[in-house]
Amino acid sequence: MSRSPNPVFLERASYRQRRLRDAARLIPFVGIVLWTIPLLWPRDVPQAPSSGDAVIYIFGVWVFLIAVTAIVSRYLRLDDPATDAGDDG
Amino acid sequence: MLSFNILVFVALSYVAFLFAVAFVAERRAARGHVGWLQSPMIYTLSLSIYCTAWTFYGAVGYAARSGLEFATIYLGPTLVMVGWWWILRRLVRIGRSQRITSIADLVSSRFGKSTQLGVIVTIISMVAATPYIALQLQSVTLSFSVFAKTSGQEWQAADVNATALWVAIGLAVFTVLFGTRNLDANERHHGIVMAIAVEAVVKLIALLAVGAFVVWGIAGGPAQMLARIDASPIPLWDQSGGRWVTLIFLSAAAFLCLPRMFQVLVVENANERHLGVASWAFPFYLFLMSLFVVPIAVVGLDLLPAGSNPDLFVLTVPLSQGREGLAMLSFLGGFSSATSMVIVATIALATMVSNHIVVPLWLNLQPDQEAVMSGDVRQVILLSRRLSIAAVLALGFLYYRISGGGTALAAIGLVSFTGAVQILPAMLGGIFWRGATGLGAAMGLMTGLVVWVWTLFLPSIGVDAVIPQSVMQTGPWGIAALRPQALFGITGLDPVVHGVMWSMLLNGAMFIAGSLLSFPSPLERLQGAQFVNIFEHSAAAPTWTTGSAKAEDLLIMAQRIMGSAEAQEVFLREATQQGKSGYLPDVTPEFIERLERELSGSVGAATSHAMIGQLTGGSGVSVEDLIAVADEAAQILEYSNRLEAKSDEQERTARALRVANEKLTALSIQKDAFLSQISHELRTPMTSIRSFSEILRDGEMTGDEQSRYARIIHDEAIRLTRLLDDLLDLSVLENGQVVLHQQTGQLCDLLDRAIGAAGLHDSALVVSRKPEAEALTLTSDLDRLVQVFINLIANAQKYCDADHPHLKIVVRTKGRECQIDFIDNGSGIAPENQQLIFEKFSRVTDQSKAGGAGLGLAICREIMHRLGGKISYLPGQSGAAFRVNLPLSETATALA
Amino acid sequence: MGKRVLLIEDEPNIIEAISFILSRDGWTVHTHEDGQTAMDKMLSLPPDMIILDVMLPGRSGFDILRDLRAHDVTKAIPVMMLTARGQEKDRELALRLGANHFMTKPFSNAEVRDQVRNLIEA
Repeated sequence: MSRSPNPVFLERASYRQRRLRDAARLIPFVGIVLWTIPLLWPRDVPQAPSSGDAVIYIFGVWVFLIAVTAIVSRYLRLDDPATDAGDDG
Repeated sequence: MLSFNILVFVALSYVAFLFAVAFVAERRAARGHVGWLQSPMIYTLSLSIYCTAWTFYGAVGYAARSGLEFATIYLGPTLVMVGWWWILRRLVRIGRSQRITSIADLVSSRFGKSTQLGVIVTIISMVAATPYIALQLQSVTLSFSVFAKTSGQEWQAADVNATALWVAIGLAVFTVLFGTRNLDANERHHGIVMAIAVEAVVKLIALLAVGAFVVWGIAGGPAQMLARIDASPIPLWDQSGGRWVTLIFLSAAAFLCLPRMFQVLVVENANERHLGVASWAFPFYLFLMSLFVVPIAVVGLDLLPAGSNPDLFVLTVPLSQGREGLAMLSFLGGFSSATSMVIVATIALATMVSNHIVVPLWLNLQPDQEAVMSGDVRQVILLSRRLSIAAVLALGFLYYRISGGGTALAAIGLVSFTGAVQILPAMLGGIFWRGATGLGAAMGLMTGLVVWVWTLFLPSIGVDAVIPQSVMQTGPWGIAALRPQALFGITGLDPVVHGVMWSMLLNGAMFIAGSLLSFPSPLERLQGAQFVNIFEHSAAAPTWTTGSAKAEDLLIMAQRIMGSAEAQEVFLREATQQGKSGYLPDVTPEFIERLERELSGSVGAATSHAMIGQLTGGSGVSVEDLIAVADEAAQILEYSNRLEAKSDEQERTARALRVANEKLTALSIQKDAFLSQISHELRTPMTSIRSFSEILRDGEMTGDEQSRYARIIHDEAIRLTRLLDDLLDLSVLENGQVVLHQQTGQLCDLLDRAIGAAGLHDSALVVSRKPEAEALTLTSDLDRLVQVFINLIANAQKYCDADHPHLKIVVRTKGRECQIDFIDNGSGIAPENQQLIFEKFSRVTDQSKAGGAGLGLAICREIMHRLGGKISYLPGQSGAAFRVNLPLSETATALA
Repeated sequence: MGKRVLLIEDEPNIIEAISFILSRDGWTVHTHEDGQTAMDKMLSLPPDMIILDVMLPGRSGFDILRDLRAHDVTKAIPVMMLTARGQEKDRELALRLGANHFMTKPFSNAEVRDQVRNLIEA
């Protein structure tokens, strides 16, 4: 039940909003990927990352995700009338 | 040495402090100062009930045993929060627009307001939460016993149990006091949310303080700390990929499915914007909570003798260094974690148990409409909620006693998480997939529940406790494919990974298969469309077609559930929106729909739907209606939104015009009748006067007769005078020539005066009042006001036809206005007459019997109009009821 | 024993006044106050004459008049209507429905007495 077809091209501000939403949707997947990468780390070899490195990596990703989310959420508009049914898929 | 008594004293003071915080917050909210109570920060902090005592104490223990794996418990929720645009935003919007009260309500409401699904989800949540609540009780008692030990007392089992019992009782009292104040579970529990926010800060500070002490006080700085970590024997990164990913998934899913998290995330959410702030602020909170977990674990293992319980390092490390203050702070942190979790979990579960099990049962036990019309639903629900709170805590305590509290904390936590997560497929399927059906959801949930109980829950209670060792080894009846920890012969998996994987797979498969193979009911399809397309502004199709219910019946029912003030507000708002005056809007399908939603905020969707169904004769929506709605919607879509708004406006105007027209027609008939009315009213007493004066003139009668006839003449002359007075009074009032004499006085005195003047001494009418509510100072034309009161009381005296007539005067202050209700127990006024009674000469009952001319209420209306207030008929009460609204002056409000 | 007059009226004082005037003139006066049941009363004990008020609780005097003119037992009984409204259209309606006389309140006692004599003896 879609309303009147969405315009194909949007003005700059609306375009920005759309891409911000894309970013917001993407963040958790970035998180999943970054946090599963350590599973691929080599083990039992001399150059394997140390315990401390693992701690720093996990917490580093964490800080990165928090920062990106904070920025995206700051500019994301919740009540944008431009329906997101169209780009929700 | 820190004495144990001081610890108890500090703990009690802390509890008292929390009580005070909750109390003040409730008070502020009650006065309408919700400002910062509803800030995004408070919302974020309230989410911290995710960090229970398990994470406060247990995370360090977990890290000491399995290294960085402890972080998975925080990483999952972080992913959910940073991905809020996907799921949480949707859930919060649905929760608000459908007035969802709990996760069980969400599932039940989505799948056609099904009572059965509500029951299933409630049961799953109860079973999954009980061990978790037991865990909290255990951690609090454990931390007490640590202090008892250091102050030289060795605790016996009895001491431990007594402590756990007292903690459970204390929590029950707190939760009942602040968690069941208002019935509407959809309303925010300001007191509790505030107390939890304070506790969130306390536990964060406590953990950070211990962490900072460990890093800078013991290790000597971050660099040295890292060196220590590298040197530590803990295998920090030794992950099997399966466990790492499974646990992240598990904690993410549990974050969404745990009843208590749903409560704070969705139900207590005051504003969708808060989610945007919480999306980074809460992960940051989690980050801080886990920042020092590894250092504390590493240092604890270094410092403390081998064999000490790593679950208590947060307490024992500072204690071993003689930092008693720090240990005390840390104790309060753990205490906060446990109590805040238990309080919210209990409220969430109690709401579910009461809305989905107790109230439906109670309704079933009542004959038909009886329940909704006469039973005191509100009291039943509140009581059932309070009892449920006690029951949930009692179950937790019982589990604690039975399980003996031995198992490592983290293990119970994960088992409990897996149980709660069984709701995930039904929930996500419900909000993303329109094809999901109630049957599929039920099948998935039941399958998940069975698999979880078999593979994780029962084995977790202990070897040979429920499932004998032989069954674990060879399967039930020797069927190897059904071994609890090696289903279908797949061995060698970690038990948690195994349990999560199989329960989720089978649950999801059954859910999808059931959905594909079954056909949903119309209501289910409607709800499905509303949930899945929550962000499209499609006109919501009403779930009711024709309402055979009368507005008055609906009002009576709504009053019994929501309380009279709230219900009247809803009806008044709706009537105003329809362009009608008074409290009875037209019963349109849209209105029934809205009312149902309001009610579901108190009793849940399924119950509310059932109750409305009883009144409307169950004329719910059918497939044909849906198609009709769809056609209509398609037509409407051809017009623009502007037109839509305009037609709303037109509809309102048309309705107002219709009502005005009806009233005018009625009035013109009345105007016509006015002359003959007034003629009748004047001529009737005149007839008696003339007749008897002629009789007296003619003489020939006894002295008795003579004086009797003289009295009749006198009485009729007075009647005539009164009529003329009333007519004059009314015309003066109507022309606005009246001069008001402002005076200040006490409402109770005015009512006293009115009751005295109404001459009740020789009548059977009993008046009941509440003096404390009447202690109001009014500034107005008090004589006029008393005139109104006298009229209303005298009316009750004349017209109340009950065997034991009774008049109730209820006074309420609402904002800058006071409401004075006069409610009798007679048969009331028929709806068709309610609009007319305030017109001149519009006596509804027999003419002349009551001796008035039918001008009383017309005068009252004019007086109240002049005084800046109003008088209206209040439908849906026990009998005839009139409400006088009077504005309070500034000073009066201050005094009140 | 004089002839029976049935007075259907709901104002107690007017009942008392008319009863007094007519009984002094030798008639037996029965009274009834309710419009709804007035017809039953007439059938149970048919009077020689009826005085009927227009504004009655339950049922209007006009309706009662219409009914009693339609009934065999009562269609010949003389009827005098009383009203306090005193509008011309009421008088027309009453006469059209078959009232023998129409009187507006307030009335003089002599007028009532004379009309009753007239109607009964006619």
